[in-house]
Order: sequence, then C-alpha cells, then structure tokens
Amino acid sequence: MTDFRLVVVSAGVSDPSSTRLLADRATQRVTTLAKERGHAVSVTTIDLRELLQELPAALSSQLLGPRFARAVDALLAADAVIAAAPVYKAGASGLFTSFFQVLDNDLLIGKPVILAATAGTARHALVVDEEMRALFAYLRALPVPTSLFASTEDWTDTALATRIDRAARELVLLMESGFARAVRDDAWGAYQHSYGSGGGTELGIDLGSDLMRLATGGSLRPSTDDDPFDPRKG
Amino acid sequence: MQFGIMSVSDITRDPVSGRTPSEAERIENIVKIAVHAEEVGLDVFAIGEHHNPPFFSSSPTTLLAHIAALTKTLTVTTSTTLITTNDPVRLAEEYAMLQHLAKGRMDLMLGRGNTAPVYPWFGQDIRQGLPLALENYNLLHRLWREDVVDWEGQFRTPLQGFTSTPRPLDDVPPFVWHGSIRTPEIAEQAAFYGNGYFANNIFWPKEHYKRLITFYRQRFEHYGHGTRKQAVVGLGGQAFIAKNSQEAHDQFRPYFDEAPVYGNGPRMEDFEEMTPLSVGSPQEVIDKTLTFREAFGDYQRQLFLIDHAGLPVDMVLHQLDMLGEHVVPVLREELESRRDPEAPSNPPSHADLVKAKYGDATPRQPRPNANRGDNVTGGSPYQDSESAVDSYPTL
Repeated sequence: MTDFRLVVVSAGVSDPSSTRLLADRATQRVTTLAKERGHAVSVTTIDLRELLQELPAALSSQLLGPRFARAVDALLAADAVIAAAPVYKAGASGLFTSFFQVLDNDLLIGKPVILAATAGTARHALVVDEEMRALFAYLRALPVPTSLFASTEDWTDTALATRIDRAARELVLLMESGFARAVRDDAWGAYQHSYGSGGGTELGIDLGSDLMRLATGGSLRPSTDDDPFDPRKG
Repeated sequence: MQFGIMSVSDITRDPVSGRTPSEAERIENIVKIAVHAEEVGLDVFAIGEHHNPPFFSSSPTTLLAHIAALTKTLTVTTSTTLITTNDPVRLAEEYAMLQHLAKGRMDLMLGRGNTAPVYPWFGQDIRQGLPLALENYNLLHRLWREDVVDWEGQFRTPLQGFTSTPRPLDDVPPFVWHGSIRTPEIAEQAAFYGNGYFANNIFWPKEHYKRLITFYRQRFEHYGHGTRKQAVVGLGGQAFIAKNSQEAHDQFRPYFDEAPVYGNGPRMEDFEEMTPLSVGSPQEVIDKTLTFREAFGDYQRQLFLIDHAGLPVDMVLHQLDMLGEHVVPVLREELESRRDPEAPSNPPSHADLVKAKYGDATPRQPRPNANRGDNVTGGSPYQDSESAVDSYPTL
C-alpha cells in the first residue's frame, strides 16, 4: 500500500475541453486501478490555460510566475504524470509544447507518463507517438507503451475505453515498480544537471571536479608524467 | 558603500520618438552620462563589452581611460570584460595601462559572454566557455603578479619568459570582480583568489542570486581571505525613478515593453513583483533596494542599469539627478547604519591595496634594465630583481 501522487497536465483551452475530458477519464481509471491494488492516489491537475498569462515571461526570460512555480513543485513531487494536448495543425498545441520546453530537462527523469491527445480528425493520430513521445524521451521521462488518442469518432467507440484501461494499468504498474524513485536514489548523478535545475533542487556543488580544480588555479592540461619524450624530465 | 551605474552599451531605437541614435551620438552621450554620474555624487561607472551591433563598446579601456581623464573621483570599471574571447595577455596589458592613466581609480569585472557567434570571431568556441574563462583568469592573475611568466595551458599559445607591460600601478594589480549568476565554478574562483563577486541581479527573483552569493561567502572564508561578512559582494539592479509611482510607470512602460531583454514578454508589474526591478518614486526605489541587503547581506557596491532600451540621454541624465539627489544619499545612510561592523563599507580601492601590500613603505616602481638586445627572453627585465644585470661586459 503506497500513496501515489499523480499530476495531470491538460493543455485544453475550452471549458469543458475534450482534452481535459480525456485526461480525466485516464485519471479516473488510474485512480480506480490503483485503489484495487491497495494504493491511494492523490491527484493534482494543472490546467495549462491558467498559466497562459505567465507564459510570455517564462518563454522570454525564463522567469517563472507563481502558478508556474506551483506546477513545477507538483511535477517535482509527482510519481506519475498524465499529459494531454489538443492537436492543432498536425502538432501538439503550442501551449502544451511551450510548457514542457520551459521546464528543466531533469525535472521528469524516469517518471511514468500517459501521453494523450485529442483532435478533430483521425489523421492526427500519430502526433502522440511521433511528436509527443519524442519530447518526453528528451526529458528522459518514461511514457507508457499505450498512447491515448481521441478524435471525434473515438468518443463513441468502446475501443477508447479499452485503451484508456490499458494505459492506466501500465502507468500503475510502472508507479508500483518504483523505477523513478530508484533512478533518483541510485543513478541520479549519471544524468546531466545544471546548477539550480531539477526545479531548483539541484544545488549540490562538486568541489572535486576538473573545472573546480581549474577554478582554483589548477590546469586542464594532461599530466606529462607518462610522456617518455617530455624534455622537461631531463 | 559604493553606488554607480552600469551600461550594456546598447544602441536601441527610442520607442517613443522612433529614433535610433547613431553610434557617434551614443558614444558621445555615454561620456556625458559617466561624467554626470560623478557630478551627482555617484562613485562608479561601469561599461559592458560587446563585439556585435547594436552595441558600441568593443574597446572598454579606451572609453574608460577617456572618462577617467574627465573625472576626479569616479571609479571606472566594466560590466563585464570578456575573459573568454579576449587574450588574457592583452587584458593584462590594457587594464594595467588603464590603471596607470586612471591613477588607480579603476577595477574590472570579468564575465563570459553568452553570444555564441562571437566566440569563433576570436578563434574560440562557446562550448569551452567556462574552462576558457577559468584558465584565462588563472593566467591573467599571474601576469599581474609575476614579472616573468612561463605558462602553458589548454587554450592559449604557451608563454616563455613573458613580461606583461606596463607592470600594474605601484606593482599592485587592479581589483577584480567575477560576474556570474548561475555558475558555481566562477563563484569558487572569485573566492579562491579573494576577489569580488558580482551578481547582475536583474532578471530573476533575488532568491536565485542568493544561492551563489552565499556559496561565494562560505568559500571566501574557507580560503582564508576573511570572514563571510568580509567577502566583497557587488549587485546590479535596474531602477526608473520619477516624482511618483504613476509617473514612473507611465514614463518607463514604453521602454520596458520594447526593451531588448524583456521585449514583449512579461508585464512590467509582474517583473517588478518577481525581480529586483524597481519603477517608482524615490522612496519606492529606496525600499526595494534595501531588500537586497536583507537578502544578500551587507555588500559593497550597488550598480544600477539606467541607460538601456533606447532611453534618450536627457532622460538618463535626469535619472542620474534623481538617483544622486533623492535615492543614493538615503541609501548610503540607511545601509551604513545597518551595516555589521565586520563588513567593509567599500570594495578595496587602489590605496587600500597599496596599503595592504606595503604598509607604510614606498611602493615598488619597476624600472626596466637597459635594452640589451635580448630582453625578450629569460631573466628579469627590471632593475630591482635579484637576477638583474647592470650591464653586459663589452669588448
């Protein structure tokens, strides 16, 4: 029995929005399945349209407003994420993409994610796998094998519920596996971080690095000890 | 406590008049601005360094030497000098020359430069920016402290028996600040050498800058240069002052909205709330500036950015009047009255550094040996060194 924190990011802009609807259905299914397996799930929803006013500052100056800061904190603490976007012009919406582009590269490492998209036509179906999956691969998150996509006709098709169930099950299993936590505990240093990244949590400073030696009057030049032809050795 | 202004040297269209000043006008005006800074009682003028339009300041030492000649008390400095794309040998020479001409009324701040295309113009690579900055400063540090330098590094041609001329004024190197907002290695280098640390304090919430300033203070103490409180900290900040808050906002808004660094991004009010930007009455600017001390501890130098984003020169001169008349005198008093007795009021001046090195003794004045035809190699070129040779035997 574990308490899981699930964060739902929805980039739907209308109210009600079909993107949010899809995200909610997945959320419900994840919560139910987790409960059946003896876990409690707390859900935090980030409606990206509420961040729209802070987006220009975030994009142009990397200055995160209070809502952005809360979103980052939620994602940092998340055990799993559901990320849902509407597809516009053959791509995940600009709001969705912008949000994830502003986040630190190491914020979502190893975290299981259900990727979901909605569209007005089935012709956009591959956006989830060909575009959104690549974005989350870059962020080194762990999208579940089953992607969710709903265009107009899918809403009346029972196959959508089957896919939601499958994706939710995958997410719960991955949460249960503790993979993201294990990565953080055992392998975190193997990923690239910069000072202040990870949503402001990467504040460790390695004083023993090559660059720190250089900062304190040392040299980057390889030691000449092994060079048999070094004339300085006489 | 030192107060001053820092310019990035941008030549920006005035969004109100629609007019872009020429390079000639802007250069002439920056001299006026610097001279006026002294007239209104400020202590420091800092100029940036850029090698691409729309900036004019490619040659800071030339400008600063001219300003030093026109002023009596003003300290001239940089914000920043590029320690990456400049050859440290040239920096050692140029800034030592400036130090002589300014009679020690100068220091300099080192920065990396973040415009990738500039690096290859000077034979460098931005991907090596950090190691380049660190190594170059290591060399610069020695060039000002050792008459003759043998040196080999990763990036620059090795030096054999090199003497950087002129030797620093009174053989005391200029004080150096390291400017950085997110690089622990730079803060570490500043602490290691006992140099100053400067945070531009413009774009982000002050909590962001606090981390590295705290780290720098700890490391300064670790390396035995003094206590944390004695570490030398400088801060930037941006201010626009008018009679009252409404007027300040009305006047500054068109410039903020089109400023190259903020351009069409955040709302000015949001930026004021989240960052150190202060737009308002003298009292509002004073109050905001006093919060810097609360966040970062007692510090020694405060530089305001007041001339960017196309603000016309008359407006900038008026900003200086407001700063000098209504803001800085109050800040001086407030900050001094709150200052921990352990924390120095000012960064070290040339006189302080001379005193620290020589006490009451006369400073060294290096005099070169006569040109003997081989003074580009080996030995010491100065008469007071042990290996000095008065004269060579002649036939």
